[in-house]
Amino acid sequence: MATDHSRLAGRFMISPAVLLLLGWMIVPLSMTIYFSFLNYNLLSPGMEEFIGLTNYEFFLTDPAFFDALGNTLLLVGGVLVITIIGGVGLALLLDQPMWGQGIVRILVIAPFFVMPTVSALVWKNMFMNPVNGLFAHAAKFMGLEPFDFLAHAPLFSIILIVAWQWLPFATLILLTALQSLDKEQLEAAKMDGARKFRRFYYIVLPHLARAITVVILIQTIFLLSVFAEILVTTNGGPGTASTNITYLVYLQSLLQFDVGSGSAGGIVAVVLANIVAFFLMRMIGKNLEA
Amino acid sequence: MARKSFNMNKVYFTVAAWAVGLLIFFPILWTILTSFKTEAEAIASPPLFLGFDWTLENYAEVQERSDYFRHFWNSVVISLGSTLVGLLIAIPAAWSMAFVPGRRTKDVLMWMLSTKMLPPVGVLVPIYLIFRDTGLLDTRTGLVIVLTLINLPIIVWMLYTYFKEIPGEILEAARMDGAGLWSEIVHVLTPMAVPGIASTLLLNIILAWNEAFWTLNLTAATAAPLTAFIASYSSPEGLFYAKLSAASTMAIAPILVMGWFSQKQLVRGLTFGAVK
Amino acid sequence: MKIFNRLLAGVAVLSLTATAALAEKLTIATVNNGDMIRMQKLSGDFTAHNPGIELEWVTLEENVLRQRVTTDIATKGGQYDIMTIGTYEVPIWGKKGWLVSLNDLPASYDADDILPAIRGGLTVDGKMYAAPFYGESSMVMYRTDLMQKAGLTMPKAPTWDFIAKAAEAMTDKKAEVFGICLRGKAGWGENMAFLTATANSFGAKWFDMKWKPQFDTAPWKKTLTFYLDMMNKSGPPGASSNGFNENLALFQSGKCGMWIDATVAASFVTDAKNSTVADKVGFALAPDTGLGKRGNWLWAWSLAVPAGSKKVDAAKKFIAWATSKEYLALVADKEGWANVPPGTRKSLYANPEYAKVPFAQMTLDSINSADPTNPTVDKVPYVGVQFVAIPEFQGIATAVGQQFSAALAGTITADQALKNAQMLTDRAMRKARYYK
Repeated sequence: MATDHSRLAGRFMISPAVLLLLGWMIVPLSMTIYFSFLNYNLLSPGMEEFIGLTNYEFFLTDPAFFDALGNTLLLVGGVLVITIIGGVGLALLLDQPMWGQGIVRILVIAPFFVMPTVSALVWKNMFMNPVNGLFAHAAKFMGLEPFDFLAHAPLFSIILIVAWQWLPFATLILLTALQSLDKEQLEAAKMDGARKFRRFYYIVLPHLARAITVVILIQTIFLLSVFAEILVTTNGGPGTASTNITYLVYLQSLLQFDVGSGSAGGIVAVVLANIVAFFLMRMIGKNLEA
Repeated sequence: MARKSFNMNKVYFTVAAWAVGLLIFFPILWTILTSFKTEAEAIASPPLFLGFDWTLENYAEVQERSDYFRHFWNSVVISLGSTLVGLLIAIPAAWSMAFVPGRRTKDVLMWMLSTKMLPPVGVLVPIYLIFRDTGLLDTRTGLVIVLTLINLPIIVWMLYTYFKEIPGEILEAARMDGAGLWSEIVHVLTPMAVPGIASTLLLNIILAWNEAFWTLNLTAATAAPLTAFIASYSSPEGLFYAKLSAASTMAIAPILVMGWFSQKQLVRGLTFGAVK
Repeated sequence: MKIFNRLLAGVAVLSLTATAALAEKLTIATVNNGDMIRMQKLSGDFTAHNPGIELEWVTLEENVLRQRVTTDIATKGGQYDIMTIGTYEVPIWGKKGWLVSLNDLPASYDADDILPAIRGGLTVDGKMYAAPFYGESSMVMYRTDLMQKAGLTMPKAPTWDFIAKAAEAMTDKKAEVFGICLRGKAGWGENMAFLTATANSFGAKWFDMKWKPQFDTAPWKKTLTFYLDMMNKSGPPGASSNGFNENLALFQSGKCGMWIDATVAASFVTDAKNSTVADKVGFALAPDTGLGKRGNWLWAWSLAVPAGSKKVDAAKKFIAWATSKEYLALVADKEGWANVPPGTRKSLYANPEYAKVPFAQMTLDSINSADPTNPTVDKVPYVGVQFVAIPEFQGIATAVGQQFSAALAGTITADQALKNAQMLTDRAMRKARYYK
């Protein structure tokens, strides 16, 4: 259907984006790869020397590495589950007739506007703090022992904070998708006497499939590199209970200014992220066709 | 009868939606309330909801200490600039991917996304060195460039999915009418894609507004946006909840207001009423 | 059209300020602590006397600041003319020649007036590379009313055993009063600052003379088990995520019996505006175990000029102003003696007005009892009381801090934490080639 002419034009139009990203990718990436083979500490300039795969060896044999790997997957998975289930629910709710719909929408969307550092500080200090936090006050009010979220459920707490930030995004995307749903089709299904659940399962959910795919992909990208929330709340601890790969790379590169190890960690993270992306695409990529 | 039950439903839904909405919004509301307390009231036990002496002293102090307006203006320029430049590059790319897909289109798309997965901490040093050598450190131009590049994959992606929704027949029809490529984009595609573009634009402004790693690490004084402003209020020595709350409120207020005015646009995004 | 005109006007104003900026502009990176913020407020005094110099402030939270200035100085980015750094950075950076020597400040600056412990920490090979803005040590802050209620008297120089006993006696969990609040949040400047200083008083050390890590030795085990026991018995819930600020909030709201932390906290907990216990606070030296070292640290936030700066003279002028005796007098005049940046100058402590400040003497004694060049009971190859002045320390100590924080949260045992600490420090030191 497409002519050669438009094909050529297509190439031409796509090229600025591709070239720019290629540059953005290749220049720092090749520098990073190069650094990853060096013994290069920012604080000892002029002492760089080639050390082969040592940086990779140390990064991959770091006992924290596998914990961090697991935590990264749990964090991404946990937040995705919460935001997608919650997002579908919220989108369905907000799609109903009600008074003050606009105001409710903005209330729901609002957390997305809050900078990650701010939301982490607010949650940590004003809510989860076991002495002065609101949750502790609520627990005491009900005669319960306040729960120490960040010490005893650090990863869960971080998942909660991050999910709070991303729930609006999922809701937003799903709500827009929901509104393009063919209402006549729904009405027809209603006429046929299809039960609510069946209507949801056979009509609404398939319609949302692509939006869900978009949510999963975009969120995964951001969730793989969650960092500020961890730094502010738990510093990756206690132990390595809330250290993810990004935080581990931070420990190496910015705290220790060991550019070599940090670079090796960065490369490992890219490889891992691409593996995740590969499986993700195989699982849900078909939703993007059509 | 039917009408009555409809109204009852509306009541139920209203109550449920407001309850959920307020619950989700509560942390922000709490931050705003705290910004009007004194530091001692901010950590009072039991917590004070409304019964405290409302004060503006936190705002006064924040204003005295930092040049809020400059940070705000930097944030506006950087997030708007990077979004517009990004859209300019991304619209043609997404167009061609959606309507003239090649065999490798999906791979290219996937690859673009994967550039986003480079953890920023891992590449800070190379980027910093490049910025130093090109004189881009602490300039708004530099930040616009970086934020454009890191958000470009997302923009291309979202636009691609939106464009995909536009039925090809309409473009075919336009082509039959002898519309050139350019006018096809300008007169046929763009109007239909406006909601999608608008919501991409808004989402991207938000992402750029909240980006806190590059904006902090590549600026000093001149180009520092609101993220740097916030960084000067988080965890100093001494009590800081109230001042942090005031600064946070000031940092999120503009984007919250923008969201307020544009939420219809944001939500409409994918609705191609005219098409269907 | 109106908007357009306004915009034009705005642009005009901007370009006007741009021309005015022909004056030398100093970009100052500093930490967002109260004393620095006060300096920023009072800096009009400096610019009034130096009309050719303009000041541009970059105030950041401590961790962000450190990350920013280190990246900048190591890559010679040149974004800052004056950097606020601590006693950890100065010896490392000074040795590398990254900082401008401040030995040639004018005689009126009176560098000999600087407290010797502080000055020693900022001097490398006879050259002072940074001027101290304020100095701090750590000490015991306690509630006099609770201490009395428990029937105990705090000695001027308590032992750790006394602290543990008092903590238990003061604790009343029902009333939400916890005998002791200490840092538990992982981080080299958080729990590890406290624990490293404490370990010194238990006779422990980070490295032996061959740079081998020492976490498998008995003194470290004693340190950690003592800390854990005391915190579990008498500490607040959630201690493993408490840093300086969290503990400050707890103490100010009356929930701690004792708190061992930075001496600068004294001015916060005695400040009636923010503290509910302002008139019930007493001070004592950091505890010891009779081995000759006390568990207090030494830190000084200081101003330094990066080598390669093109505005060295103006920068020095500013530093001489901000760390001078006159500046102390200026703050005292405007905000009272209690708010003067403490811990830098002998003359301040000789001032009878300042002696009236309740925590003045104890701060001075604490600072004087710390010795960064000789911090431990046994001889060690490193400088630094609550840190080890090597570039690798931040990363190692934060990872070790995570282990100790986990032990405090109860997810691993003290033995496991020490074993992990030993292993990961050993790895990092081998990687950095201190030994094979």
